[in-house]
Amino acid sequence: MIELRDVHKSFGENEVLKGITASVQKGEVVCIVGPSGSGKSTILRCINGLESYDRGEISVEGLKVDRDAPSIVKVRTQVSMVFQRFNLFPHRTVLENVVEGPLYVKREPRAQALERGRALLTQVGLAEKADAHPPQLSGGQQQRVAIARALAMQPKAILFDEPTSALDPELVGDVLGVMRKLADDGMTMVVVTHEMGFARDVADRVLFIDGGVIVEQGPAKALLNQPQHPRTQDFLRRVLHPL
Amino acid sequence: MKGFWHDAAEFFPILMSGVVLTIVVTIGSLLLSTVLGLVWAMMRVSGIRVLSMLSASLINVIRGIPIIVLLFYLYFVMPDLGVTLSALQAAILGLGIAYSAYQAENFRAGIEAIDKGQIEAAQSIGMGWWLTMRRVVLPQAVRIVLPPYGNVMIMMLKDSSQASTITVAELALQGKLIASSTFKNTNVFTMVALMYLTMSIPLILLVRHFEKRAGKK
Repeated sequence: MIELRDVHKSFGENEVLKGITASVQKGEVVCIVGPSGSGKSTILRCINGLESYDRGEISVEGLKVDRDAPSIVKVRTQVSMVFQRFNLFPHRTVLENVVEGPLYVKREPRAQALERGRALLTQVGLAEKADAHPPQLSGGQQQRVAIARALAMQPKAILFDEPTSALDPELVGDVLGVMRKLADDGMTMVVVTHEMGFARDVADRVLFIDGGVIVEQGPAKALLNQPQHPRTQDFLRRVLHPL
Repeated sequence: MKGFWHDAAEFFPILMSGVVLTIVVTIGSLLLSTVLGLVWAMMRVSGIRVLSMLSASLINVIRGIPIIVLLFYLYFVMPDLGVTLSALQAAILGLGIAYSAYQAENFRAGIEAIDKGQIEAAQSIGMGWWLTMRRVVLPQAVRIVLPPYGNVMIMMLKDSSQASTITVAELALQGKLIASSTFKNTNVFTMVALMYLTMSIPLILLVRHFEKRAGKK
């Protein structure tokens, strides 16, 4: 469903992606893990065209991702994104945030969009916050609204860019719970994360990225429990046993 | 200040006719400068090189010419080029163009103050450039832009007096005409000053309101 073939990307002199080839099947949950600055987030941002890439090809459902082509809108309505810092629209209510895309991008009838918006807020456990403004919510609540906003587009896949990294530790569980439910319902998900427990329990596959290349990939449990590559072993040791 | 109240009562109707023109010039040029300023600002942030460079140089040219010269140009030079404007038209056009440069810079600062994450979130739900501007960026930029916008309104009210140099009979010119025919300089110009102040005060209060609201967020 999502295909990356030999994708290269540089910021100035700094080559952050050095030939990434990977694919994500429908219904699959893929976690991307690796040290900071390894290019994990850049991969996600290239998939929905927030970032351009220099070489190689990315396609979503057979549609080439090119941020400068009109077709990028089609890609983005099929692949939603959840950001590390939520990026909710502070001047609109929670419900308005959720229905913004359906109403103004997909031009759905208002009643239908609002009804689904409310249902999605119920699904993420925030039905009673529909009329609040995002700054009044906790980080965990804001991130769940952001997930509802992503779902409102009825996407074929959702990209999560470190969705719990900006949260207080006690709020992480709520967000991961919502994500786990999505995975159980068969949503295609690509998740950049440092939550190894989530990756092990929920992901089908894990990619370990370091220095702009995929160092190792495989079924989540196998890779995280018995990493083969020394760099993966070293990274996991430091993440799981920081002391 | 001898006989101030007596003079005030006598000159008030004439000065009020000047006030009306002052308000017309101010509102007319405010609207024009807002529209032009928005256009320049949009060109500037469009990401299209030609447009943004065109807008940048236009702003610099406008900023580099005194308002009074711009007014003279529109009123005295344009007829030579076959475009004849009434004094009022030239005043509104001149002040509107002159202030569009400041409005544009103000609007641009407001637009650029919006967090990049907001724009990315808009793009990620499939919004194009214009929809992102209209639904996400501009509504948030308004809060930031309003206090300086209020200040521009006050400056424009006062600078509308420059229209007197091209014969628009607004408040300053009416005052000057009365003063030079009656020699009651003190009383007349005190009245003129008080009338400008009276018009400014509501605007000053408005700016304070904007500032409070922008600070509350």
